[in-house]
Amino acid sequence: MPTATYHLPHLRTLEAEAVQVMREVAAEFERPVLLFSGGKDSIVLLRLAEKAFRPGPFPFPVMHVDTGHNFPEAIEYRDRRVREIGERLIVASVQESIDKGRVVEETGPRASRNALQTVTLLDAIREHGFDAAFGGARRDEERARAKERVLSFRDEFGQWDPQNQRPELWALYNGRLRRGEHARVFPISNWTELDVWQYIAEERLEVPSIYFAHEREVFRRDGMLLAVSPYIEMMDGEEPFTAMVRYRTVGDMSCTGAVESTAATLEAVVTEIAATEVTERGQTRADDKVTEAAMEDRKRQGYF
Amino acid sequence: MADGDANSNGHGRQGGDDAAEAFRRLTERPAELLRFATAGSVDDGKSTLIGRLLYDSKQVLVDQVEHVRQASERMGHEELDLSLLTDGLRAEREQGITIDVAYRYFATPQRRFIIADTPGHEQYTRNMVTGASTADLAIVLIDARKGVVAQSKRHAFISSLLGIPHVVVCVNKMDLVEYDESVFNDIVEEFDAFAARLEMPEVTFIPISALKGDNVVERSERMPWYQGPPLLYHLEHVHIASDRNLIDARFPVQWVIRPPANVAGDYRAYAGQLAGGVLRPGDDVVVLPGGQHSTVAAIDTYEGEDLHEVDEAFPPMSVALRLKDDIDVSRGSMIVRTQNQPTVASGFECLVCWMSENPLSPQRRYLVKHTTRMVKAGAIEVRYRLDVETLRRDATVTTLELNDLARVHLQLAQPVIFDSYRRNRVTGSLIVIDEATNETVAAGVVLDTEVEGGEEAPSERSPNVRWQGTRVTREERRAALGHEGATVWFTGLPGAGKSTVAAAVEERLIQHRRPAFLLDGDNLRHGLNGDLGFDERARRENVRRTGHVAKLIADSGTIALVSLVSPYAADRDAVAAQHAADELKFIEIFVDAPLELCEERDPKGLYAKARAGELEGMTGVGAPYERPSEPDLVLGSSSETVEQEVERVMDLLAARGLL
Ligand SMILES: Nc1nc2c(ncn2[C@@H]2O[C@H](COP(=O)(O)OP(=O)(O)O)[C@@H](O)[C@H]2O)c(=O)[nH]1
Repeated sequence: MPTATYHLPHLRTLEAEAVQVMREVAAEFERPVLLFSGGKDSIVLLRLAEKAFRPGPFPFPVMHVDTGHNFPEAIEYRDRRVREIGERLIVASVQESIDKGRVVEETGPRASRNALQTVTLLDAIREHGFDAAFGGARRDEERARAKERVLSFRDEFGQWDPQNQRPELWALYNGRLRRGEHARVFPISNWTELDVWQYIAEERLEVPSIYFAHEREVFRRDGMLLAVSPYIEMMDGEEPFTAMVRYRTVGDMSCTGAVESTAATLEAVVTEIAATEVTERGQTRADDKVTEAAMEDRKRQGYF
Repeated sequence: MADGDANSNGHGRQGGDDAAEAFRRLTERPAELLRFATAGSVDDGKSTLIGRLLYDSKQVLVDQVEHVRQASERMGHEELDLSLLTDGLRAEREQGITIDVAYRYFATPQRRFIIADTPGHEQYTRNMVTGASTADLAIVLIDARKGVVAQSKRHAFISSLLGIPHVVVCVNKMDLVEYDESVFNDIVEEFDAFAARLEMPEVTFIPISALKGDNVVERSERMPWYQGPPLLYHLEHVHIASDRNLIDARFPVQWVIRPPANVAGDYRAYAGQLAGGVLRPGDDVVVLPGGQHSTVAAIDTYEGEDLHEVDEAFPPMSVALRLKDDIDVSRGSMIVRTQNQPTVASGFECLVCWMSENPLSPQRRYLVKHTTRMVKAGAIEVRYRLDVETLRRDATVTTLELNDLARVHLQLAQPVIFDSYRRNRVTGSLIVIDEATNETVAAGVVLDTEVEGGEEAPSERSPNVRWQGTRVTREERRAALGHEGATVWFTGLPGAGKSTVAAAVEERLIQHRRPAFLLDGDNLRHGLNGDLGFDERARRENVRRTGHVAKLIADSGTIALVSLVSPYAADRDAVAAQHAADELKFIEIFVDAPLELCEERDPKGLYAKARAGELEGMTGVGAPYERPSEPDLVLGSSSETVEQEVERVMDLLAARGLL
């Protein structure tokens, strides 16, 4: 007879909840899409989609918003992984948005294409008629995200209104849309960075090599280590040097900081995260430092 | 990547064996997940408390503390203002209030925690309901200087409505009342008095100071009179495993997995998340609402790069079921065990919280989402609105506005497959959506109308059930057996000696070859009444059921001896009236031992627990006992022995023609 041994460890509980969200959205929306950057959060999303729909095909394509300034390791991984699982990949390119004159490239040493992604993403959503986009954002990443819903509704300009989100009760999601609206769906909202890594380790998932300690030419800016690359201008007084580093997020090379680390295995990474002293974003996203409420501003504009 | 890679590069600190070992330690004991909701009025210290929990359990990282330090300085605070840790959106920063439900995460080696932080503003019942819907536990914060206020009652009430199994009342700002025990005790008493009217399975009280850290993570030295654990310890150890329903197998189908034939042959499985019970291959099941029967062939999950069959599935697992037979199953179906089925109906009673600025209107069209079904709603008929603070019912209202709580009759265009919310939080909950705006306008829980019928008389609850007569009359039975049955009802405080006397009487009757049977309140709570708690309504139900069983036993020609606290006179009188209506003898014996004596005996240690604040609503301590006005016999004076008391009962039975 049932006893207390029916006990699901917390990671498996989070997994079961995320799978439930994905199946609900697949069932209730007409054209979902899964956003995949090759970063650890979207790697987990991809695995969850396999859990939700295999042995069937995914009921949606996979899409990457490519800033053109990505780490080559991440792009190589992206292409290989999507091929392995046999699903369709759409690449929405920021470079194309620039070429078409939809956006204007920032200039100067602090230039970044991060903000431009928003337009490319919205254009792609419109072009393909997507009504729901799965993203790997987590509520623990940043304080402004703590109030984000699992299903977050955006108007036709991609805008998010924090005052006017639908209440989410139990696991009963209301996925009804008005014309022009689309939803961002965050199945791993309740996961922490450590959960993500622990899951990657338990599931034996491969991740791009830049997540592990490696030697790289970097320079210091605002207390962060940025990679020396053609996509970023160094300023006076900034000196390149070689360090043992790894990345905690894979984003745009122009604004994603590395951390000094010797963690070269998944196990070591998990252990390091568990003992870490600085939150993921505070440490590694240069653009978040620009204004205190940067994330919130970006969300209002339609970025994740 | 091999461990050797890390070591060979000369930076051994994080690499290799150390890391593997640390990883093992981190993952070897899979942590349990506990979700809790926090509620309190504005400025009761909720943000500070959460900040304290995060800070003292070392969950706050260097950059976050730095941020708070700078902000505290800017605002001219001397101490670290920990409430800033949980500060979120710009709008709320500007207004200085929390405007929504915010989720926070922290972990200890014992457990993983998800906090649903809900704001205390009057108008935000809606958010409290949202945050509470998935919570295992609720923390209700009370400012020691202010005591139990309207908001505290509101929070207690919502917690009970949403079936949160555990409630912790934190009496905060104890530092501002000199850590005075009597302030704490007064609040406990007042809260208890209110909670006794609600269905609250477990309430724990903890005196704290969120600002100074007393009894949050570490036990406070300044309140030696408090014997219980600090808050974090309680959160880490409160028993939640049995809160899930593992009895009624419920599997709402979300999605049908049917890959093209060239991919996986004729594979077909029904994907969903277990909402209750345990399912295993070989189980006989029925697919509702259609009613087709089949057997579970396999339960699949996806592990590694392949399908994996599991031996059993239980909540909250997400799995895919394969059935032996090729039958019609689609999204919205529910697979359940043949022997244990939920209700399929299109009309039922609900308690709803209205969550929209737009009031309920018969002109608007609504949809209801329940499990994986979306159904058009017909009429939503308001029975009464509940005042959250006084629990009064207002039956004059016909519409509902933002933050109203009401009982309604919900009529749907198609049936849904449900259990009462009390039985299952997944199959008993629903949301209401405005079809024109797509807004989620209400949340509802399905009432267990068997028990929560409220104003209807019990006999009217099953109007279509007729009494099935037997062919043997009571006279024939009496003639054949040579005697008649009766009910002898022992009432009195816990520890008064009811069970001792009743058991001795039973023994004597059997020695006299007189059929007798003891119904002991404690024993019944293991079975028949095992689903009942100790709030007022549950106690009344306990008496009602026991009274019915006693009456059946009496009717069979046996003497039913009932030993039950049965604190309310009205309930005992109702049982007596039912016996009278059926011309069965009913004898009420009041075991009237003084409270001091009961407490001194305390055979089950209940008084000690109640006095320590570990047991709420204990009759005689936290809940009333109404003395019978005209008992047939009074026992319990300290001058009599048990033997003498038994003699007096036997004399009375003889005098009533029962021996
Ligand atoms: N003396 C004292 N002050 C407290 C305590 N907890 C919170 N406060 C103060 O009460 C005020 C309101 O606290 P806050 O956490 O913002 O309340 P919230 O509105 O419930 O989130 C702040 O000034 C806190 O510093 C406590 O235990 N003792």
